[in-house]
Amino acid sequence: MDLRIADIAVSPAEREAVDAFLSPRIGTARGGWDGGERNIELDGRTARGGHEARSHRDLLLPTLHAVQDRVGWISPGAVAHIARRLTVPPAEIFGVATFYALLSTTERPSAAVHVCDDMACRLAGAEDICQQLEVTLGPAGHAQPGEQRTWHRSPCLGQCERAPAALFTIAGDPAIRVSTGPLDAPTILARLDDGVHGQGRLEAVEGPLGTAATPERLEQLRLLAPQAGQPGLRLLARIGRVDPTSLTAYLANGGYRALREAIAAGPERVIAEVTAAEVLGRGGAAFPTGRKWAAARAAEARPKNIVCNADEAEPGTFKDRVILEEDPFALVEAMTIAAFAVGAERGFIYLRGEYPLAEARMQNAIDRAREKGLLGRNVLDTGFDFEIEIRRGGGAYIAGEETALFESIEGDRPEPRSKPPFPVEVGLFGKPTVINNVETLANLPHIVRDGAAAYAATGTPGSRGSKLFSLSGHVARPGVYEVPFGTRLSDLIELAGGVRDGHQVKIVNIGGAAGSFVGPDRLDLPLTYEHARAEGVTIGAGAVVVFDETTDVLDILRRIAAFFRDESCGQCVPCRVGTVRQEELLARLIAHRPRGTVADELALLDELGRAMRDASICGLGQTANSAVASGLRVAGVLS
Amino acid sequence: MTSQPPAGVHLEPGDYTGSDPLVFTSSPARSPQVPSAPQARAPKTVEMTIDGAPVTVPDNVTILAACRSQGIDIPTLCTLSTLTPEGVCRMCVVDTGGRVLAPSCSARVGQGMTVWTDNDRVRHSRKLVLELLASSVDVDLAGPELPDGSIARYMAEYGADPSRFGPPSPPAPAGARDAAEAGHHEQPDGSVAERVAQPAKVDNDLFVRDYAKCILCYKCVEACGADAQNTFAISVAGRGFSARVSTEFDVGLAESACVFCGNCINVCPTGALMFRSEYELRRVGEWREDDQTVTRTICPYCGVGCTLELHVQDNRIVKVLSPLDAQVTSGNLCVKGRFGFDFVHVRPKGSDREA
Repeated sequence: MDLRIADIAVSPAEREAVDAFLSPRIGTARGGWDGGERNIELDGRTARGGHEARSHRDLLLPTLHAVQDRVGWISPGAVAHIARRLTVPPAEIFGVATFYALLSTTERPSAAVHVCDDMACRLAGAEDICQQLEVTLGPAGHAQPGEQRTWHRSPCLGQCERAPAALFTIAGDPAIRVSTGPLDAPTILARLDDGVHGQGRLEAVEGPLGTAATPERLEQLRLLAPQAGQPGLRLLARIGRVDPTSLTAYLANGGYRALREAIAAGPERVIAEVTAAEVLGRGGAAFPTGRKWAAARAAEARPKNIVCNADEAEPGTFKDRVILEEDPFALVEAMTIAAFAVGAERGFIYLRGEYPLAEARMQNAIDRAREKGLLGRNVLDTGFDFEIEIRRGGGAYIAGEETALFESIEGDRPEPRSKPPFPVEVGLFGKPTVINNVETLANLPHIVRDGAAAYAATGTPGSRGSKLFSLSGHVARPGVYEVPFGTRLSDLIELAGGVRDGHQVKIVNIGGAAGSFVGPDRLDLPLTYEHARAEGVTIGAGAVVVFDETTDVLDILRRIAAFFRDESCGQCVPCRVGTVRQEELLARLIAHRPRGTVADELALLDELGRAMRDASICGLGQTANSAVASGLRVAGVLS
Repeated sequence: MTSQPPAGVHLEPGDYTGSDPLVFTSSPARSPQVPSAPQARAPKTVEMTIDGAPVTVPDNVTILAACRSQGIDIPTLCTLSTLTPEGVCRMCVVDTGGRVLAPSCSARVGQGMTVWTDNDRVRHSRKLVLELLASSVDVDLAGPELPDGSIARYMAEYGADPSRFGPPSPPAPAGARDAAEAGHHEQPDGSVAERVAQPAKVDNDLFVRDYAKCILCYKCVEACGADAQNTFAISVAGRGFSARVSTEFDVGLAESACVFCGNCINVCPTGALMFRSEYELRRVGEWREDDQTVTRTICPYCGVGCTLELHVQDNRIVKVLSPLDAQVTSGNLCVKGRFGFDFVHVRPKGSDREA
């Protein structure tokens, strides 16, 4: 590699941020860029650089986060310093940094708020908030001279139960990152001021680990999971009852019994049980988990990886957040079981950057588990080693696509790979990798402990077990609900208190932006993978956004179209340009200025949708037209 | 200068026996018997069906290679024989009966596979890919260098009409596309089809980057990086429709890691990367391909022996390329071979060949 790094000064704060993160991991050498360390005694000419110096590329994104957290943007000087330390070309660092919405490569104020203007927050008045912020702080993304605060629009932050929501990021040492809601414009401005001058007032909104016991916190929890504390729950059984920061509490409530049983039973029996339970992946693709595990176990290459996909970014989806924030030990245990079953040594949780509380809780859980010998070398004295590391996403929906997620962890731009090969053969770092969604993993301790038969007794023959649904929009009690597969959509909506008083359902989004819409005539739909498939809809990750008759459906569809344009990685033509043309076409329909007739436009949209579905590389492009097309069809807004 | 082998040492034919001290002979312990050649691996093949016809092809080739071996042409834009297939343009998609189409440039053949290279589904996607590209990028110059034909030819063949998406948007001001923030864009009103149009980047005397013509095929990034030059001066930056090829912080090429080998120009299929000489001649309407001669020669500089293709117009070299099938460097050159030709144009004063 032929690195040429500009001689730009790195500021003391940037250097400190980079070195504080990197030095404990890779030492203090400057890397291979300047020839590495010379061994004079050996022959005076040997330089340690090369592959070893370049082998830490996967630390690039965390290093960029460290700089962003500390100084609020990533300057040319910081890039040059990182390039030297990690032996990565500056152009590639720039290519990675400019991919992520939460990283900035232009100077901006240290206090930033990312205001969600996606589906649920839109219904709760996010547009009004944005307009008021524009009056006070200027246009989004353009800080006024001398202003210490700035604001950005954001796609869904996964806080739909407390819409309208926002993510605050205050650069500094330590940085402050808080996602919260519901908010109004004056509160947002006050919180930003708290962040700049508040001596801890903004952090106190949630606290570094969140304080499980305060009345405010319990109130927030009741908002998040309204069923919390009810009997008969499986995935939500501990929510609101067990302190999510205490391993002792977890152990006292059934924690780690499943891992002990798994170890006693052996890997084959664990995989057989998971296969017999017919668990389908809960991230949206509904792939049989047992088959994935068996394939990874059979793969020969080492070391193998377990990756937990916690990059929950599908608009309207926040069900994984409940587990990450409120039952983090369950996820650590589940990943350990998965690692034991497939023979993996390394685990990664790829966690979306918009979930700071989840990150703190998960890190705490990992640390506590390691202290007690439940992670690390020789887990539970069985000779089995397993480590888990959290990797924070940077604000990119596409990074939730499994192969893009690998690219992101490896320090490259999160552009999806062509499949095959599949991750169980060639996954993270080119090694066999099991990648499972948070909710999928959360099911596993139950299966191991109670057996496949008990698990499969719930649900339907094609969709075993229970499912977490994220309900938001015009329902009385939005939140995460656990129901058996087969529950009718109408019953689920009733569970959430039904449509707000005096209103009727106009249209329901199932599965988020990558999902589709159904009308009030199909509320009797049983929520199973098989029924959804037969009806031409998708359960996806379980988002259910309810819209009543006051909703401007075209405005929602336009937001979805804008979302896909923003979130396309840009790699393949059908998605990169197709998402732009789709949004333009929708804009013409909304403005009543179609090219030709409305029917001509709808026909063109259909042609576009077919090509995007058939020819895009990954699921993003393949589904980028489905919600828009089904929304237009179901709402009949143009006829 | 051939030295005699030491006594008792048997020499195999072809063993080097040059002058001392570099005597290179076989070891004394080596058996005098000539070992038999290893058994040639029986070529493994798969049987598959392409456009209804049963064929037998090697088991390790791409669908594209298999189709071409059967004389079936599949249009491609982003693939090139010397670079790793990126599979991003999606022109080469074929129908293998799957849920979605497969990129033939990178997808491999399989036993029993059925491939349709030209059915309605395939033709529809190719047509839309062409329309989406041509409605967003200046593809006027795309083609002549393409190994497989030209975009114009494909457009006619697939009936692509980019104007269906509306009149073209005005060009973006210089630097605007480079300043785009990930995940944000101006809300469109749909009256025009947004393009990547923008002023060309003219920041050095050797070559010009006109990203209004860039279809983002990734070839230049690959040629600059791991596939050829290992310089990594450029990368794809930003995302979605704002994705663009860029140096770090969009600094000029002279400030970047660029070594001006021009290997990116050699692989660019659209004229987005262009010799400054060609760019200037085109600007004044003096670029006349019909009047040009192309002469193959060997680079006069070092001893590597790279093949040059000198494009000459009015007795002046206006562009230097290197054929991808050149044995020595597969089309790659260095700055001297690519751009160091001015001396040819310097004539002694008063000579009858003075320029």
